[in-house]
Amino acid sequence: MAATLESTKEITILFAGDSGDGIQLTGTQFTDTNALFGNDLSTFPNFPAEIRAPQGTLAGVSGFQLHFGSIEIFTPGDECDALVVMNAAALKANLKTLKKGGIIIANTDGFDAKNLRLAKVDSGISALEDGSLSNYKVYPIEVTKLTKECLKDSGLGIKDIDRTKNMFVLGYVLWMFDRSLDPTLKYISDKFKKKPEIVDANSKVLRAGYNFGDTTETPTTRFSVDKAPMPKGVYRNIMGNEAAAIGLVAAAQRSGLELFCGSYPITPATDILQELAKHKNFGVKTFQAEDEIAAIASTIGASFGGALGVTTSSGPGIALKGEAIGLALMLELPLVIVNVQRGGPSTGLPTKTEQADLLQAVYGRNGESPVAVVAAATPADCFNMAFEACRLAVEHMTPVFFLSDGYLANGAEPWRFPTVDELPAFKGNFATTADASEEGYRPYDRDANLVRKWAIPGTPGLEHRMGGIEKQDGTGNISYDPDNHQHMVNTRAKKISNIANNIPLQDIELGEAKGKVLVLGWGSTFGAIKAATKELIAEGHSVSHAHIRYLFPFPKNIEEVLRSFDTVLVPEMNMGQLNMMIRSQYLIPTVALNKVKGIPFSKNEIKDKVLEILG
Amino acid sequence: MAEVLNGELTAKDFETDQEVRWCPGCGDYSILKQVQKVIPELGVKREDVVFISGIGCSSRFPYYMNTYGMHSIHGRAPAVVSGLKATNPNLSVWMITGDGDALSIGGNHIIHMLRRNFNINILLFNNQIYGLTKGQYSPTSEEGKTTKSTPMGSLDHPFNPAALCLGADSTFYARTMDRDPIHLRDVLSRANAHKGTSMVEIYQNCNVFNDGAFEGMTDKSTKADQTLFVEHGLPMIFGANKEFGIKLDGFTPVIVNMDSVSENDLWIHDETNRAKANILVRFYQDPSLEGNFPRPFGVFYTEERACYEDLLVNQVELAKNKFGKGDLDALLRGKSTWTIS
Repeated sequence: MAATLESTKEITILFAGDSGDGIQLTGTQFTDTNALFGNDLSTFPNFPAEIRAPQGTLAGVSGFQLHFGSIEIFTPGDECDALVVMNAAALKANLKTLKKGGIIIANTDGFDAKNLRLAKVDSGISALEDGSLSNYKVYPIEVTKLTKECLKDSGLGIKDIDRTKNMFVLGYVLWMFDRSLDPTLKYISDKFKKKPEIVDANSKVLRAGYNFGDTTETPTTRFSVDKAPMPKGVYRNIMGNEAAAIGLVAAAQRSGLELFCGSYPITPATDILQELAKHKNFGVKTFQAEDEIAAIASTIGASFGGALGVTTSSGPGIALKGEAIGLALMLELPLVIVNVQRGGPSTGLPTKTEQADLLQAVYGRNGESPVAVVAAATPADCFNMAFEACRLAVEHMTPVFFLSDGYLANGAEPWRFPTVDELPAFKGNFATTADASEEGYRPYDRDANLVRKWAIPGTPGLEHRMGGIEKQDGTGNISYDPDNHQHMVNTRAKKISNIANNIPLQDIELGEAKGKVLVLGWGSTFGAIKAATKELIAEGHSVSHAHIRYLFPFPKNIEEVLRSFDTVLVPEMNMGQLNMMIRSQYLIPTVALNKVKGIPFSKNEIKDKVLEILG
Repeated sequence: MAEVLNGELTAKDFETDQEVRWCPGCGDYSILKQVQKVIPELGVKREDVVFISGIGCSSRFPYYMNTYGMHSIHGRAPAVVSGLKATNPNLSVWMITGDGDALSIGGNHIIHMLRRNFNINILLFNNQIYGLTKGQYSPTSEEGKTTKSTPMGSLDHPFNPAALCLGADSTFYARTMDRDPIHLRDVLSRANAHKGTSMVEIYQNCNVFNDGAFEGMTDKSTKADQTLFVEHGLPMIFGANKEFGIKLDGFTPVIVNMDSVSENDLWIHDETNRAKANILVRFYQDPSLEGNFPRPFGVFYTEERACYEDLLVNQVELAKNKFGKGDLDALLRGKSTWTIS
């Protein structure tokens, strides 16, 4: 008999298995299929730092969570409706996130004695058989065996066959959620176009998984999630790191500058370098330097030469770049520093997310060394804020931090992408030979905004010397004069604070402009805060959400916004860094909500805290 | 200011109005003077010349050259230079560094710069001491050296800069000294003519913290016996009366008396021979000791190899030819889209 199709508004599904099981690919393909269908969605990939952690163990479990719906989706979901597990360890590690009554799709071949031992299941009895899952709908499938059966005549080796088993699962899930196989079939044929036998095998297994659902008698229910009512337009699916990279290319194109990226591979920022390296036809130059310091120093050299210089890294790399950031701010050259934050300190949690590098970005250098800091709120917003970082760097001749994090970097969402014409154009204020004088060029002459001109080598008459040593304003000559140093420190600070005149005012994301509680966020907490605020407002509470994208300097009206609420709650994936900045600058008794577990806030964690404040 | 071609400029045009602040008697003065003399002769426009340094006494150099210049941070000049050349391959870029800056704090960068072979000139002022911090041993100081930070003598085995450079696949290595202005200028011209990273090690006397470090090699009375000036295609002969020669006995160099051999039997310097250059860089023992080799000066080794910036520009052109000039709308759109209407 045919299964019935049940309509639902939203589904959260978690794929979990060994880090070598192709979980990320399976999740990404299912995501893309839903995105193309027209759902709103949010994803959360969660994987171990090891490339191939010990097979079958709890430490080796890789996960990919997707929340998709016919309604607005802000987070990857607090609890799962469905759990797809490839082995016993994956089930054990993730069962706690499954709702009561939720679906478990399990590869029973991953629950043999060896897998149970590796997953440290002490009883030695599979949860699929011991009755402990009676509160859930369990669909056990012999995925490994069925895949082998499907490909027994393919001529492929056992390893190649085993590698396709994630396609069986994907096919089954596509059937269960009433989605087309076409996007995945196209993906397979593009990806393996030079290996037709692999294309055939993967396609066959994918179809086999789909048909398995169709022909077996269980389950009796499939789920259908309608398109989301999103604003009209053309959409694509995008991940944060890709969005950041495209934002950098777009900024270079819209400013007519050559993009130079000096970088050293580091998780979770590496994708940006890799993405940029694909776009040399845009005139992009990428330079994989010998270390983090060379990465930024080469970028400073490129900026000196008139390029839009960008260096990409994560916390430990940023720590190494500190001295060079100071040099760039002394040289007053444009420079974009991308920090895709991860769990710290030191090596910390390389593949997990955190936003504990805010104070490092704002204050983490020797001396009085202000630079601008901006941060993205969502994966697609990485495009906007990377672009903004470039604009501010060039227009204000200063280093600018662009903060992302591991959650944004690897998370995905639908993006109503702009056209080129919708993007602002901006340009560098280059000095020309007309600025030369008989007494020599004065590199540190400034405009009303205290911004100097960009005088690049090769321009006749502008020969000048500069460096990290304190210099006389105007001439740039070395100066140890006490009054000059005070003047230069003041000038550099004022120059950065002037940026507040060139950024948007702080808006209220959701809710009224005044009320009882304002939830003030920055960075990737956006989705959880917005989802929580939306529910609280629907329940009749006086709650609003504001999200800061410009962290240094703050928008000019920020104090006014904050003082319009009885209480300001600041949730952060750190121990209270924005909270400290707000308190110290405005003496507002904010309330902090902190979490440093390497995983994002859930909607309910925010909601519970607001309800506690409301009493 | 009108564009001035080089031939019309003199050394004076490359001086700045900044007071030179090295200690009186410092070897840096001589190097600065020779550089200011050589640059106008190179056929490069002044606006295309850039001097970039790290930190240390020598690294003040850019402030004294009326060209573009950057005094960067300790050890990182090679990376700054790399980014600048990648962006603007046409500039004539000169990197000024010292033994501490290049070989200690910047050791990592210098080796990678050499293997990448950007077309630049490096002047490594080697005075075998830390001058700016007032007299601590450097990575080229001799073993056992007593300094303020090593009152009982240094335990470090020193770097041999020439061997280090060849080990990093440098495409040009030469050694010269502050007290031989003519040789210094010749070597600078050769370095500039070489397309690739030209490493010039300059023995420079720090008369305050390490006076006389190279005295045997620079003093008129001992110089001829303790130095060997190599030239491509010429036999290796040294001594006050040209009475000694160097001969290769298999892989082993031996000092011979010219009474007993003809010039044809001597080692004829071939600056394109990597294997022999690797032997030459090991003439490094203390030349004042009996039976030891004179310290060689001149161009040890040079080879033609593609420069990084040219390869990078080629890749960009290749990408444009292969994929077409970047289409930003197509990039924004990505591979698959859907429309909500």
